[in-house]
Amino acid sequence: MPLALSTENLAKTYSNNLEALKGINLRVEKGDFFALLGSNGAGKTTAIGIISGLLKSSSGEVEINGLNQKNHSNEVKKMIGLMPQEFNFNPHEPNIEILINQAGYFGIPRKDAKIQADVLLKKMELWDRRFDVAQSLSGGMKRRLMLARALMHKPTILILDEPTAGVDVEIRQSMWQYLTQLNNDGMTIILTTHYLEEAESLCRNIAILNNGELVEQSNMKRLLARAKRQVIIIDTVEKISGPIEISDCDCEVIDENTLQVSQGEGISISDVVASLLDQNIHVSHLRSSQNRLEALFLSLTS
Amino acid sequence: MWIAYKTIVIKEVRRFIRIWIQTIVPPVITTSLYLLIFGGLMGGRIGQMQGINYIDFIVPGIILMTVIMQSYANTVSSFFMTKYNNSFEELLVSTTPNWIILLGFVSGGMARGFCVGLAVTFTISFFVEIETYSLLIIAATFLLTSIMFALAGFINAVFARTFDDISIIPNFVLLPLTYLGGMFYSIDILPSFWKALSAFNPIYYMMDAFRLGFLGVGSVELWKAFLVPLSMIIILALTANALLNRGVSIKTE
Repeated sequence: MPLALSTENLAKTYSNNLEALKGINLRVEKGDFFALLGSNGAGKTTAIGIISGLLKSSSGEVEINGLNQKNHSNEVKKMIGLMPQEFNFNPHEPNIEILINQAGYFGIPRKDAKIQADVLLKKMELWDRRFDVAQSLSGGMKRRLMLARALMHKPTILILDEPTAGVDVEIRQSMWQYLTQLNNDGMTIILTTHYLEEAESLCRNIAILNNGELVEQSNMKRLLARAKRQVIIIDTVEKISGPIEISDCDCEVIDENTLQVSQGEGISISDVVASLLDQNIHVSHLRSSQNRLEALFLSLTS
Repeated sequence: MWIAYKTIVIKEVRRFIRIWIQTIVPPVITTSLYLLIFGGLMGGRIGQMQGINYIDFIVPGIILMTVIMQSYANTVSSFFMTKYNNSFEELLVSTTPNWIILLGFVSGGMARGFCVGLAVTFTISFFVEIETYSLLIIAATFLLTSIMFALAGFINAVFARTFDDISIIPNFVLLPLTYLGGMFYSIDILPSFWKALSAFNPIYYMMDAFRLGFLGVGSVELWKAFLVPLSMIIILALTANALLNRGVSIKTE
């Protein structure tokens, strides 16, 4: 599969000697939905900043769709749409103007930009607020405005830095749907998020940064398969009177109707439920205590 | 590139029109007060300057002062705000070359200098019958002055870190230089030391050329009056472009 993005020993040391990136080699395939994860200060935003042209790297190379970023700056910029983490628009400007101006900076005529802005404003459910100034929007609306702005010049790679932070559940779901649709239409999407379930459900490949280093780069399914032990919380119909034992699992009674089970390798949920039934305990409800990706993430970054 | 340039200029013009209460009204009020006090109330007692009625003599200076302050204020405040709210990143991620960004912001400053200068001239016309000696000299001086101060404002904004930093130069450098550049008097009346010192004030040359354009009287040869701001423009433009190319204060080092 051809690469949409590749970095070669990409490093960044800030003037205060902070080593934000220590020579990372990222590989993102064309058409991928790619998660770039890391705890705060891991170097995600720095990496995104360099890839999108906001920051200068200290060393290393970036290639976008096979083009070297330094040698083909304009072509590369046209291919990338960036939705940054922080709001970075003029809050006193009308929303529609923010979109049209962004297209103008990419050399798109005002007439064409207006058509694209109308489409995106409707898509992002901001049409009724198009003439309002940006500062009057809610946090979630501002995020959608930034997503629309990132798409104004029709990029082939979309970089999203915490796109759903502060967005309510309903809008988040619709944003996920829209992003999935964009990805299905062929757009490469690189996502950084603190919502690991978001990354798990949307992304096919994943990279994890820790202290400026790439500690993991893998296929999401393969990575999740490495999560050997899963912890589940079980609500029981009957009251639990004594200690519970399930072979190859660690069990802990939380209260008289709640049990925490750490599944052993090769033990399925059916095995756990069956074992409980043998002990005359019926399961009324069960849930995962920790997202599998979250568990892996913590083990890789701690 | 032309589209990007047009986009920046439209954005800049809309910005200062949107806040017309802050950008257009105050200079008009200040101008009316200058004319009322220095022209109407005191002008009669002062008499003539370079053979011209005092109220007529100060008119070009008042208009040019407006152009200087407004061209400077537009670029310094607008560019600083794009840094402050990070909206400059919209340009950084785009394909707009740095020199077009500079040209766009400078054109915005010129547009504000022109619009407010025109509003002030219109206001003055209620007090004084405005004469013109050469529209060409007036236009050329306006162009050179507004470009030069828009560029200076841009450089100020590049280095500014706080709101205080964008008001220090206009208040403590520009205004005194404008007053000492012969806005209210002819340099010819100064003692030789102060007259010689005025030769180092670039505003003096622009003021003299502008007055020549309106009233037909001047103290400096016209070529020299144009050469000084032209040289300054070249130096300032190269400096501003180099600062942008190096990403000073806009790209984290």
